[in-house]
Amino acid sequence: MIEALSIWVAAGLTLAIMSFLYGDNPVYKFAEHLYVGYSAGYWLIYTWHFTIKLMVIQPIAEKQPGAVWLVIPLFFGALMLTRWFPRIAWISRWSIAFTVGIGAGLTLTGAVHGYIIPQVKATILPLWTGNGLTSFNNFVIVVGVITTLIYFFFSKPHTGVLGKTSKVGILFIMVAFGASFGYTVMARISLLIGRLDFLWSSILKLVQFF
Amino acid sequence: MNGENISFWEKLGKIDRRWIFLIIGLVVFIPIAFGLRMTVHVSPAVKSAYDTINSLPEGSVVMISIDYDAASMPELQPMLKAILRHCFDKNLKVVLINFWPLGLPIGNQGLEEVAKEYGKVYGVDYMNLGYRPGDIAVMLRMGTEIRSVFYGDIKGTPLDSLPMMKNIHNYDDIAVVVGLEAGSMGDAWVQYVNARFKQDLILGVTAVMAAGVYPYLQAGQIKGLIGGLKGAAEYEKLVNHPDFGHIGMASQSWAHVTIILFIILGNIGYFMERRRKRGL
Amino acid sequence: MLKKQIPLAITFITGVIIVVTFFIPHPPFGRLQQDALTWYSVIFGFTMLLGVDSLVKFHYTKLRRREKGWWFSIVFYCGFLLSFITGVISEVRFGDAFNINSSFMYFYNTILIPLQSTMFALLAFFIASASYRAFRARNIDATFLLVTAVIVMLGRVPVGYMLWHKLPDLTSWILNVLQLGPMRGIMIGISLGTVAMSLRLILGIERTYLS
Repeated sequence: MIEALSIWVAAGLTLAIMSFLYGDNPVYKFAEHLYVGYSAGYWLIYTWHFTIKLMVIQPIAEKQPGAVWLVIPLFFGALMLTRWFPRIAWISRWSIAFTVGIGAGLTLTGAVHGYIIPQVKATILPLWTGNGLTSFNNFVIVVGVITTLIYFFFSKPHTGVLGKTSKVGILFIMVAFGASFGYTVMARISLLIGRLDFLWSSILKLVQFF
Repeated sequence: MNGENISFWEKLGKIDRRWIFLIIGLVVFIPIAFGLRMTVHVSPAVKSAYDTINSLPEGSVVMISIDYDAASMPELQPMLKAILRHCFDKNLKVVLINFWPLGLPIGNQGLEEVAKEYGKVYGVDYMNLGYRPGDIAVMLRMGTEIRSVFYGDIKGTPLDSLPMMKNIHNYDDIAVVVGLEAGSMGDAWVQYVNARFKQDLILGVTAVMAAGVYPYLQAGQIKGLIGGLKGAAEYEKLVNHPDFGHIGMASQSWAHVTIILFIILGNIGYFMERRRKRGL
Repeated sequence: MLKKQIPLAITFITGVIIVVTFFIPHPPFGRLQQDALTWYSVIFGFTMLLGVDSLVKFHYTKLRRREKGWWFSIVFYCGFLLSFITGVISEVRFGDAFNINSSFMYFYNTILIPLQSTMFALLAFFIASASYRAFRARNIDATFLLVTAVIVMLGRVPVGYMLWHKLPDLTSWILNVLQLGPMRGIMIGISLGTVAMSLRLILGIERTYLS
């Protein structure tokens, strides 16, 4: 009985969201607000359980090594809440500054060590490998990277050789965007397949119940 | 006659979009309802992912990271199931980890379902670490000791009480990490875990992200790439267990053909209109 | 001083610590980086409270003023209370609201999964409509984009093989070679941009986040 009810609710909510395709309507709005409300409550429970309980209370209660230092994020976290009081809301900048500093430091090292260096290394390819196809492929990759970078990074007017090179760059970029678009269509259709398959199997299950 | 043609194309260009919605809906729904199937061909990127796992000796540990939620479930859940089937079939140990809290129940459902199919035992053949916030911090800490972030598994059971976890402490004890990605965690796995710990990685990503992941594959930062529902269908074929990926391929194919026809029709209308305007 | 200089100093110190600890991964520095990242998550948890609070207040105001569509705010509160109350009950009963057998997870499966996945599934309809209305071969650049998209769309599904058995190979070549260069170029460009921005933030040149 509970299973049948769950299927009705889930299928009903799926159809309620899909009703937006006909036009904005109260049924869609109902489902939309339920979604936002439910998500807000979910994130509150999430914050309590994973952040406050597991990352703060538990390490302190169990006297884990280094737990005393948790006073630092608690201090900055509390400062973040000063945004509730307009007169002292500026203090929250200290917390924002702390997170910005960590984010910047992490991005700096991650991007250089994890992306730029290995990707540049992987672009330094032999243009003659002894195999015609591999050599051609390597050439295409190298030209693709260089012309794309030239298109993006030369602030000089794109005329003459530079203009022609950046023109090749933009054609390469269009190919990349085209590939991404093709894949995006695929992704969106897959999600629809997921929902319609769910609806169809729900119908089949409900038929079994009756 | 010419005038009639022009007005036809003009009319077609202004067609109510709900007709387009209806056509797409039907094209996707009919193959599902009638159970139509199509033959799937395997691409080198997916084969490479399969070969990486297939070459692991029995008892090796595969960590699967659930970095998605319900929004991308139709694409990534079939990948999870196909990879789990491959691992269990080869008697590999599976450790599930979550970096998207909303994906926690989804990943666990897939794990339990496939483990049951193969009669695998929790704590001996597979386990679920659950979720801890901190993203990159969690990834980096696991480089020294998994227990420094995960004091227990998803149910709170201490890790040392699970037989399979006795000798699993950090990335040195994990043969390969499979990241199933709907966001930026895939980049984090590559840029922090592969770059710092030289951990072998396979990425299974939503189709939206797939084109952007090929540079990682060519650079050798990942060992294999499974892209979108088609990638999942390819993996299903490799493990000889057709599932949702195969169910979806007929709908996927005909929806793509329909969208291409829309593009062609839209362009014919556009060029007819342009010719008419130039003629005026 | 308190409003500008202290935040700038905090950003500089935390940024430098993270960078330095990357180069010295040994204790205590390696541990410091991981601790700092954990602290980051704790502070992020507090911002979540601010977000939920602002959403709750927004709907409260809408209800109090009886603004147009106010009764949808009641639906918002019903959804909010349903997840919050079941979450609290599950937390007390199981010690973990995210326990697979909890009522919190039951409603997650029955309500949140269908709502969230259908929201995203709607995009399939809109991308089809956009393809029909906006995807035009207006010039050579757009034609390159369009042709590649069509090849990838066909070549990545079984019907592509049925049309021409070499189409999947051509698609693989496009993905592994032709689009790889520009994709890498774009990503290197973005990475260089983020590195430059990170440096500007750490050195206090970029200050817009303080406004």
